[in-house]
Amino acid sequence: MAAIEAENLQRTYRTHTGTIRRRTKDIHAVRGVSFTIEPGELFGLLGPNGAGKTTTIKMLITLLIPTGGTARVLGLDVVKDAHEVRKRIGYVFGGERGVYERLSGYDNLRYFAELYGVPARLQKQRIEELLELVGLKGREHERAEGYSRGMKQRLHVARGLLHDPEVLFLDEPTIGLDPVGARELRATIASLTAAGKTILLTTHYMFEADALCDRIAVISKGEIVAEGTPADLKRGVEQGSVVEVEVYGVADDAIDRVRRLDGVTAVAVEEREQAQVLVVQSRSELELTSAILGHLDGGQVGRVSRREPTLEDAYVALVGEE
Amino acid sequence: MSTLRLLAVAWYLQFKMILRSPFDGFGNVLYPLFFATTAFFVFRAGDSPRTLIYASLGAAVMGMWSSVSTSAGSAMQRERWWGTLELLVAAPRHFSLVMFPSTLGLATVGIYNLAATLLWGRFAFGIPLTVTHPLLFGLSIVATVLAFGGLGLLFAVSFVRFRAAWVLGNFFEYPVWLICGFLVPLALLPGWVRPISWVLAPTWGMNAIRESALGGTPLPDLLLCLGLGLAYIGFAVLVTNRVLYDARARGSLSLT
Repeated sequence: MAAIEAENLQRTYRTHTGTIRRRTKDIHAVRGVSFTIEPGELFGLLGPNGAGKTTTIKMLITLLIPTGGTARVLGLDVVKDAHEVRKRIGYVFGGERGVYERLSGYDNLRYFAELYGVPARLQKQRIEELLELVGLKGREHERAEGYSRGMKQRLHVARGLLHDPEVLFLDEPTIGLDPVGARELRATIASLTAAGKTILLTTHYMFEADALCDRIAVISKGEIVAEGTPADLKRGVEQGSVVEVEVYGVADDAIDRVRRLDGVTAVAVEEREQAQVLVVQSRSELELTSAILGHLDGGQVGRVSRREPTLEDAYVALVGEE
Repeated sequence: MSTLRLLAVAWYLQFKMILRSPFDGFGNVLYPLFFATTAFFVFRAGDSPRTLIYASLGAAVMGMWSSVSTSAGSAMQRERWWGTLELLVAAPRHFSLVMFPSTLGLATVGIYNLAATLLWGRFAFGIPLTVTHPLLFGLSIVATVLAFGGLGLLFAVSFVRFRAAWVLGNFFEYPVWLICGFLVPLALLPGWVRPISWVLAPTWGMNAIRESALGGTPLPDLLLCLGLGLAYIGFAVLVTNRVLYDARARGSLSLT
């Protein structure tokens, strides 16, 4: 039995515009997403903002009713068996919300231990273990309002694990964390997989997905555009090559001209302090460096380099230049 | 057993949060004093100690009611702002079991309101504090707190579905003072208002508190208050699943 199964999952939101002349508009956030996650697998859901990652997760954790398709967690339907699903899953999201700031970290965990039906005789020991695991031991009796973002995030993780769930949903858990905090959290996630948990992780960070995930699905505009192991996805672009050009104040029409070059498969612009970096993916047999530079006429050009594609390039090629 | 434990722990932690809120605390300390002062000035013209005690008890329950009606809505709104509402819904325990301790915590703050109003009346205006049936008086207060908690739960559940409904909490504050006879006897109100008063537990809680303090037969009122309070809780439990399904279908749980 698969741990998580989504079959043609869809979610449409109805929104209204106008005050006097009210018009309804349907927003298709998720348009028929299907995937299967096996027990013990760490599955990554990657996609840009608004791609439908969080909506997909919220349908799987029973917070949203799908408008189409079906989903099962541990063989249980997320709509019909919502109560049973909730007992078996943990949910952790990124950011500073979701914490009772006026309570201590310990009281937060104690409250949710009750809500998740952790037996009274096990609660103390379980909370102690989790405080140790997430590195909050010694700070647990301080009010959560004084915690740093990273500490709140670790408190979220501990909360999600209180009832020792078989399946864990992590929605951008490292967002906004400093590099050390993010690295520690990644190590915690890796240890959970080693302990046999099934994890569905969403993240923006390619290296994180590359390092942690057994398989990845890339979601864009509510649809899955690619699925496979990180190596599979990289293979999809490894036949190509990547040219990076450091530019200062490049015009949009110049980027469009580069994009239209024969053999170019994807173009992305990354902001780096005063400069921008134009990342141009192309078919490997082509040498396009001089053609690219030719289209950047008038703009100040810095360092130019050519490299092998990474998972991030694969991601950019898949989701397009949004 | 685990349900009772959940209710007790959740009530304790919710109460702890309320006590740690400086603004809520400030309001809770000052409001009862205003209520007691207003009641005294309005009713001293009657020049009867019994009337003053009647008004003083009314003012005390007014404070309790204000604490529940205005705070139940804002408590739910706070859960939305804090991003904890989704976590409460995603928990396997029945949502009404999660919310009831919260509204009960607010009603418990009302006990302070009651005590502060009576003491202020006693020491600032010399309104005597005599209780004919102390045990029934205590039970009447407990029943009123439970009934207020139940009514607060009904409010809270409706606030999950209707995001702007927390404003209604404020709206209900003043009419209940009047309709439930906190300051003016129900006999003075038009006949058509009475059926509304009868289905509102605060009416019977108020009667029970007065009857037990001033001497009378508070037991029927106490039982009616308790019965209605339990009916509110039962009704809230019954509609919770429907309300939550609707909120999940509309995708409104994460909205602030």
